[in-house]
Amino acid sequence: MTYDAGHYDVIVVGAGHAGVEAGLAAAKMGAKTLMLTLNLDMIAFMPCNPSIGGPAKGIVVREIDALGGVMGKVIDKTYIQMRLLNTGKGPAVQALRAQADKPLYIKEMKNIIENEKNLTLRQGMVDSLIVEDGVCKGVITETHAAYRAETVIITTGTFMRGKVLMGDLEYESGPNNQRPTIKLSENLEELGLEITRFKTGTPPRVNSHTIDYSKTEIQPGDEKPQSFSYETTEYITDQIPCWLTYTNEFTHEIINENLSLSSMYSGMKRGTGPRYCPSIEDKIVRFNDKPHHQIFLEPEGRDTEEVYVQGLSTSLPESIQHGMVRSVKGLENAEIMRAGYAIEYDAIVPTQLWPTLETKNIPGLFTAGQINGTSGYEEAAAQGIMSGINAAAKVLGKDPVILDRSQAYIGVLIDDLVTKGTNEPYRLLTSRAEYRLLLRHDNADLRMTELGHQLGLISEERYAKFVEKYRLVEEEKKRLQKLVVKPSPEVNGILEEAGAAPLKEALKAYDLLKRPELSYDLLAPIIDAPELSNEVTDQVGIQIKYEGYIKKANEQVDRMLKMEDKKIPSDIDYDDIGGLATEAKEKLKKVRPLSVGQASRISGVNPADISILIVYIEQGNIARLAN
Amino acid sequence: METDTITAISTPVGEGAIAIVRLSGPEAIPITAKLFKGKNLRKVESHTIHYGKIMDPQTNEVAEEVMVSVMRSPKTFTREDVVEINCHGGMVAVNRVLEIILGSGARLAEPGEFTKRAFLNGRIDLSQAEAVMDLIRAKTDKAMSVALKQMDGRLSGLIERLRQDLLETVAHVEVNIDYPEYDDVEEMSHDTMRKKTKEVHAEIENLLQVAKQGKILREGLATAIIGRPNVGKSSLMNTLVQENKAIVTEVPGTTRDIIEEYVNVRGVPLRLVDTAGIRETEDIVEKIGVERSRQVLKESDLILFVLNYNDVLTEEDEKLFKAIQGLDYIVIINKTDLDQKLDLARVKELAEGNPVVTTSLIEEAGVDELEKAISTTFFEGEIDTGDLTYVSNVRHIQLLKQAKQALEDAMEGLKLEMPLDIVQIDVTRTWEFLGEIIGDTASDSLIDQLFSQFCLGK
Repeated sequence: MTYDAGHYDVIVVGAGHAGVEAGLAAAKMGAKTLMLTLNLDMIAFMPCNPSIGGPAKGIVVREIDALGGVMGKVIDKTYIQMRLLNTGKGPAVQALRAQADKPLYIKEMKNIIENEKNLTLRQGMVDSLIVEDGVCKGVITETHAAYRAETVIITTGTFMRGKVLMGDLEYESGPNNQRPTIKLSENLEELGLEITRFKTGTPPRVNSHTIDYSKTEIQPGDEKPQSFSYETTEYITDQIPCWLTYTNEFTHEIINENLSLSSMYSGMKRGTGPRYCPSIEDKIVRFNDKPHHQIFLEPEGRDTEEVYVQGLSTSLPESIQHGMVRSVKGLENAEIMRAGYAIEYDAIVPTQLWPTLETKNIPGLFTAGQINGTSGYEEAAAQGIMSGINAAAKVLGKDPVILDRSQAYIGVLIDDLVTKGTNEPYRLLTSRAEYRLLLRHDNADLRMTELGHQLGLISEERYAKFVEKYRLVEEEKKRLQKLVVKPSPEVNGILEEAGAAPLKEALKAYDLLKRPELSYDLLAPIIDAPELSNEVTDQVGIQIKYEGYIKKANEQVDRMLKMEDKKIPSDIDYDDIGGLATEAKEKLKKVRPLSVGQASRISGVNPADISILIVYIEQGNIARLAN
Repeated sequence: METDTITAISTPVGEGAIAIVRLSGPEAIPITAKLFKGKNLRKVESHTIHYGKIMDPQTNEVAEEVMVSVMRSPKTFTREDVVEINCHGGMVAVNRVLEIILGSGARLAEPGEFTKRAFLNGRIDLSQAEAVMDLIRAKTDKAMSVALKQMDGRLSGLIERLRQDLLETVAHVEVNIDYPEYDDVEEMSHDTMRKKTKEVHAEIENLLQVAKQGKILREGLATAIIGRPNVGKSSLMNTLVQENKAIVTEVPGTTRDIIEEYVNVRGVPLRLVDTAGIRETEDIVEKIGVERSRQVLKESDLILFVLNYNDVLTEEDEKLFKAIQGLDYIVIINKTDLDQKLDLARVKELAEGNPVVTTSLIEEAGVDELEKAISTTFFEGEIDTGDLTYVSNVRHIQLLKQAKQALEDAMEGLKLEMPLDIVQIDVTRTWEFLGEIIGDTASDSLIDQLFSQFCLGK
């Protein structure tokens, strides 16, 4: 029935934001990789908002880049606007966000994939997995092609049994009317994976020519050139603005009157939607005292007139959407080009995964991206690169790569997913990271590049540049520690101008830089600043200024890592541990944490259970030693 | 090998007895030596005992006259350096010593932690691992339930309010970070944050004052003594209190005042309540019915149900049994000095496995068994329970102090005009410490707060 279509090390099913990073990472590490996707014209398509980055997410993009991924490079080549957010706040929470040119993004990404040696790109719909003796050995497509492989990564996004909802209209579909993946979802269920059902939504797009921008507020990009990738050297200066407007009482009246027509409010039981990405119906119902809600008008690209109406995500019938859109200031004559809709889809309960993103029950099978219950392109890409690295590592006989919570937002994301699970589409927020002062936008390279280089994802040239950068940082820090600044009219003049108290006695430049009002640039004339790039001086400034806080965070990390180092034997039998509370026992059996640290983060496992676990493990260790 | 130094009170409390504060870990000797006025403990021989004084480093005053045993690794209970400070009893004195030590670099031991270390360091035999795990489980569960039960409702209410205040402040900062363009809330300012932290700081200081006076704990577990008139309820109370505060008489129903007495029964702090409501058993069961009297009784942590050995089981007794079904109670069959008329088999049947003890309070017989039954009701098994009495109070104070310190770090950051997202790290820590006091450490609260307080999203 099937025909032999070839043998690969790694097969990636899907070529969205997770799939492309997975395929490229695996291929670059030396694994012979096949990437199968439904539609070659939709590689790394953005079915929802035309933007990449933002708080926490922007830092993830930097981390992916510092590990050797591509999302940062592609958006740097294709943005229509770039902004650094939270510039008025501390360095830990600053993050980049770019408005993407959607069609161009697809074109760039496809080109990178096509040119990657070791990576085969092919159009095809995967119907089922080849599983032999409980181990995943490949995939079978609807055209009866049987591809065999050592590892398979599924990155099917919201396509699995996807169902589009708009008023009373509902039909099986992937996002944007692409074909849904039905059989694969059924196959995964048959193989014993636990599936949950989530939903998300997208707003209407309107034609730019029909918007009266004079009634809205302009939201321009930054003038200062910025980039996600540490390798980007060319910047796009010709930026396109976004625009801000608001809903009003008329909008809310229309929505309230027609609420019962919305798919999500028609009384049917539906998948769980994300709280942080509510439909406009949700906003009106849950916050009915708010007189207006913000609407951002975001162009979808340079060569298209489609404009994304951020803030109006809806599953109301198309007939109502027209009036709703036109009630908004500036959109009185707006023509909808595509109506908004909600989409329901199957997701895998992510506690079924190891922190490597390999499924616990089917060795060789990995899953990454929205299929694991996350939302967002960046979250998907982050899982994509980690699954690609770990699938390739498995084939190549290398150690698995697991990032901890103090190393990267990527680590926080995956640890949360596999340890705690999620009951709504999961989005990264800065508040999910305990050590966010360490997980900064500016030091993603310091955190990830060494690892990326070891894995073969970072070029020698880039690595040498990275090493040199931090050599200069250390050298300059040492210099400032030795340099004494004496009070003088010149020094105090500069201090006064910055609003800082004048010097009364001599002070180390290092300590002077700790004063909140002062920055490296400001002090440059009085500290004999050598010729250094902004990258280096920024790093010097941040490391010195926040030294105390960074030290405190590092102490917490040390305590956390001590618990991570206490490994739990893989053959542990939790039923054998008498003292464990029943709830803790059930959770531990399900999550099967790799370390005591991971166990301690499972909800329902309390400190006494952890103490008991430690004693039990130690008992085993002593027994082993005795033998 | 653990690297920090732990401490706790390691003896049961009894009036006048000697109480021991134990330290274990690499810093045990240096920490004590720093506080000790007497011989230089750093230089004394192992396994020696020394007279001296513990000084309060903050006031430089003598806190307590003590005898200190110094035992060096490895020939100690935990195989670490161990110091035992013998204090002259009294909760106030021993607590003060413990507090001073906690302020000098040691950490409060978790329940069962000395034993856990002894095991992990190979001091306790492998075959005893199971017992160690059971002990940790029992001690922790009981410590937690005792701690929570002992905390006054108003105080936990206050802590919850402070936490909510902090959570809203933190959520405000978070929304500014994660949704920088969200214009529904103003940007949190340093001034607002200063005001907020100052308010909470003042409240925590107040709480600490209250806690230091020992009032953070309810005076023991509420214990109701019930039974028909003239079965010996007041005698029981008297025996337990060993004072003649309640009026003992042969005339039924002559206990006039609502009497509360605090007693410590083998480490279990009890507040004996003999209220009019619970005293007149026929009234409560008959007048307000079984269901409602159950409600009244439910507010008690322990019920002592007294029966008369010298009388048959009445309908009233059966109703009382029904009223206390499912609650923690002990049946006391009193007046065994008189002739038996009570059907003991029937009593055992009705008691459904709850302890039944026989006493003759007049002859002071059976009191030991009763006290043992009380203590095992709260602390199952053969467990050294002494430290639990006040461990909760010390724990509360310690956590309040940590919360206060974290808040002061935040205030210092504000003074230095640090960005609010950095200041907020310490505010969040304050919130976490306060949460530990009331046993709430759920980490998802912030995200829940974020999305219920603000309308966010695309």
